[in-house]
Formats: sequence, structure tokens, C-alpha cells
Amino acid sequence: MIFRGKVWILENNIDTDMIIPGKYLSFTDPSFLAEHCLEAIEKGWSNKIAKGDILIAGKNFGCGSSREHAVVALKAAGISCIMAESFGAIFFRNSINLGLPAVEIKEARKRFNEKDMVEVDLEAGKVRNMASQKTYLFPPLPSIVLDILKAGGLLPFIGKTNPNNFPASYLRSTLSS
Amino acid sequence: MGMTISQKILAAHANLQSVKSGDIISVKLDTILGNDISAFMALEELEKIGRPPLQAARNIILVLDHFTPNKDIGTAEQCRVLREFAEGAGIEHYFEGGRSGIEHALLPEAGLVVPGDLIVGGDSHTCTYGALGAFAMGVGSTDLAAAMVLGKTWLKVPETIRINYYGILGEWVGGKDLILYTIGKIGTDGALGKTIEFYGPTVKSLDVEDRLTMANMAVEAGAVNGIMEPDPVIQNFLADRSRRKGIYFTSDYDANYEQELNIDVFSITPQVALPPSPGNAVSVQEASGIKINQVFIGSCTNGRIGDLRVAAKILKGRKADSRIRLLISPATPGIYRQAMEEGLLKIFSEADAVILPPSCGVCFGGHLGILAKGEVCLSTTNRNFKGRMGHPDSKVYLTSPAVAAASAVRGKITQPSSLT
Repeated sequence: MIFRGKVWILENNIDTDMIIPGKYLSFTDPSFLAEHCLEAIEKGWSNKIAKGDILIAGKNFGCGSSREHAVVALKAAGISCIMAESFGAIFFRNSINLGLPAVEIKEARKRFNEKDMVEVDLEAGKVRNMASQKTYLFPPLPSIVLDILKAGGLLPFIGKTNPNNFPASYLRSTLSS
Repeated sequence: MGMTISQKILAAHANLQSVKSGDIISVKLDTILGNDISAFMALEELEKIGRPPLQAARNIILVLDHFTPNKDIGTAEQCRVLREFAEGAGIEHYFEGGRSGIEHALLPEAGLVVPGDLIVGGDSHTCTYGALGAFAMGVGSTDLAAAMVLGKTWLKVPETIRINYYGILGEWVGGKDLILYTIGKIGTDGALGKTIEFYGPTVKSLDVEDRLTMANMAVEAGAVNGIMEPDPVIQNFLADRSRRKGIYFTSDYDANYEQELNIDVFSITPQVALPPSPGNAVSVQEASGIKINQVFIGSCTNGRIGDLRVAAKILKGRKADSRIRLLISPATPGIYRQAMEEGLLKIFSEADAVILPPSCGVCFGGHLGILAKGEVCLSTTNRNFKGRMGHPDSKVYLTSPAVAAASAVRGKITQPSSLT
């Protein structure tokens, strides 16, 4: 799975309240949520995002509330992949579950300038900054995570595999390989 | 190699002899919890894949507590969808209206959580149940949907940080101060992706409510779950609440901890977390004098009867400063009734407090008590992120019910000891 796009850079500790505030949690329409995504940082933040753009963040990205609306909003805004120094544990699961790749990269914020074009190769565990022509490695995602992403998210993944096998026997066969 | 409480619970639910940190396992769930926000989205997700049959309907608990009492037409419609779903699917544990309260206060009160349980909940503060010796973690709506269908989930066994608390607590110091102090010390990513095991003689000396308050905020340090060794205090608490006995796991002496910390509680004073992070803990002295517009006492962190008793002790015969709004919300109908019987509501009303229904609304800026631009709230909740309780340029300071009540009287952040 390869993603190309220009990057947008965010701070440390971006919480899910900041990504999509509580007052919008009675809405589930992706385009509505995208419209209000990260508006506490910049009104109309999502307007500048082109489809396929990539988010770079500092540590603890997506900490706080378990609201999956945060992932829905980022995805609908056009974000194709998130690279952060670390992720909030629940956000990480949500992101994978909705088919939005989340990759941990050390010192992510130092390695890119805003609007640099980058190419992320999930299977190879490589990200290339096309502007600086530098390549960085990251530990490849566990195979279960890659398979969920390839299926487009957890629920399509469950649909593809035999639900009765999910996830124990499936995991064992994947992990033993 | 021995195992921790968390590892033992996970192994038991994975049908394995043992597990270790880093193992990816599939686990059977005892309880799958959803609320009017997370479960609504989960149902929408299930709709997209053709509503597969639920293999775990018996284990599902639905609590309508976030935008309730229904805030507007949109939220009322969402609640209606959930109500119809619960009826259709035969969900026994469905809570709405005057039987509902804030989920993480309601479940322990109703005896629906016992030691040794494995719980996922569509709410980040699901980690609260760790105080009862359960492994409980927050998840999003897709994980919730999958768990509802399969009765299982998968996870990576977390590393554990053990925090050993020792020493005697000072005056007006309780569970909230300990957890704010702890997050201040280790940071909001100090336990990222890990388990926090709250341990030691001070924890053993705490009542169930203070323990729940501490475990509640484990997620604020980034933890997957927080857990405490269940003991006779828990056994007594559950004795007349639950038909299920539970399994009282303890950590082995040779269990593996990624990190062990010792905290001497003797020097801990009442704490305040400055905006915009629960990790910004300072002693109340350092924050005293900060002007506030609103005080909120309630939530899954501090809306229990003990919290209301502390507030009432300070507010009795006094009034909230005329420049501030004091909001108090008992976390469940049971707590509400208890507060009524003990005369606490009268004390609050006479102190010019607004007594709110049990609801998550205030804490997450959903409805009830929203802040205007530039306003400041001192709150007994768990998060003070930018704009959490209203306008992006409003501010939230976190604290205990004692500091909140004393500050309501003075109209500024105040040490409780200065009033008594």
C-alpha cells in the first residue's frame, strides 16, 4: 500500500476534542464532520486539504475521547495517512478500524516541512520525503493491521474472513508466519 | 515468569495458560458497553454490512447518558434508534430516562461489573472499572460494533507500569488529587498504550469511590487500562449488588513490570490541573486566586455520593459567590436519591447551586452549562482540553470536589482549608 501526498504538520498532544469538538458528536455525516475538523486550530482547516494529503503530528496524537468521529472527520477531509511520533491507544485502533493508516515515526515533525511531497510505503516500512530526497524507515505494521487496512477497515475485514474464525484462528495463522 | 492481574484476566479470556506483554490475542468479552454517541455510530456501521446477527446480545449494556435528557431533535432521534434497537435485539441492560445515569457510575452501582471481568466500552473512561479489579478498556464505535457481533475482540497485551502509593493522605486530599498528581508526574503519554497498576497501602486505604476516581483517569496518562487488586473493600461493596461472584486475581510476586514508581502521598496537597492538559497539575496554592465564572461538581470522575458529601460539608450555610454559576450533577438517580435523603440537595439549593440531572453533557461540552468565549470553569471532571466545555477560547481547570466547593464560595480558586 503506497500513499503519496503533501504533508500538513501538527503539534504534540492533539486530542480528539480538538479534532472534532463534543458539540458535533450528534452528527455522523462525514462531510459535515470534515467541515469542522480541527477548526479550533484554524477555521476551515479542511478547506486547504487535498484528497490524499498526509498528516504529520507529534507525540500522543488523538489522545483523549474515544470518539470515532475524529477519524471519520480526518478521512472525509481527504487525509490518506497519518504519521506521528506516537498515537493515543484508542485513536490508533479507530484509525486502523476505519482503514486510515496510522504510522509511528520517530521525530516525525523534524523530518518534514509543511507541504513537502512524501511517499509512504506501508508494507516496506519506508517513507520518502520527495522534497529533501531523504528516506526514513519505520517498523512495519503487524500483519493483522495491514490486512485490516487492505480490506478497507475492520468491518469489511470481518466480512471477508469467516466471522467464526475471527479473530483467533486467523490471528494465529497470520502471526505464526 | 509470573503474571500481573491484567495478564491473568486476559489469559483467562483468551483461553490460554499464560500471556506476556506484546502478545496479540483474541479475547472473549464479559461486557460490551455503549452509549448514545458510540453505540449509535456502531449501529450505523453495522447497517453498512447488513446488520449481522449479534452473538453477544446478552453481554451488551446500553446507557443513554451523553446528550440526555435529549438535547435536541437530532439527539432525540439517535436515542429513538437505540431504544428500538434494544427492544428488537432483546438487550436486557438498557438504561434511559430516570433509570439511567452516567455509565461509569451506574455500572458499579448496579453491580454489573465484578473482579476478573473483561470489558470493552465505547467510551474512553471505561477504564474506571479497573478499580474493581476488572480489565476494562475504551474503544471506538467500530470496535464496539465488531464486539457486539462477535462477543470478542483482539488486542496486544500491554506492558504494565506499577505505581506504589504509600503514606497517609493530608486533609482535603483524596483520589482525585492522587491521580492528578500522578498524571502531572508521568505526563499525558507517560503510560501510553500500557496498563497502570495502582498499588500500595494508600490505595488499599481508599474507599471504592476514590479508587474509581483514580482508575477513571488512567486514560488521561495514555493508559489502555488502569487496574487495582480487588480486596475485601470491593467484596463488601459488591456483596449486596451483584449476583456474580467474580474472580479476585492478584499479581504474582515475580510478575514483569516495565516500570515501577513509588509515590509518597504525605506531601501531596489538593491539586489543580491547569488548562489545556490534565497533565498540568499544580498544588492549589499555586493556582489560588484565579478567577472563575463557573464551577461544576459531577461526572464519572467525581459525581458520586462521597463527592457530594464533601461538597455539602463545605457549602453548608454558605452561598456560591454571586459572580459565579455553581452546577452540581449527581451521577446517577441512585446518588440523586441518596443526596436528597441526606439533605445534600437542600444544602446545594440554598447555596444557589443549579442541580442538574445525571448526564455527561457538561463535561464534554455537549449540552448543559456550556462556556462562553473567555469564560473559566473549575471542574471536577477529567479533561481540560482546549474548548472542552464550550467556546474554543474558554478554559477549564480540573480539581477535586473539595477545592471546587470552596472556590465556588469565594468566586476564585481557593484552598478548602482556608474556609474551615
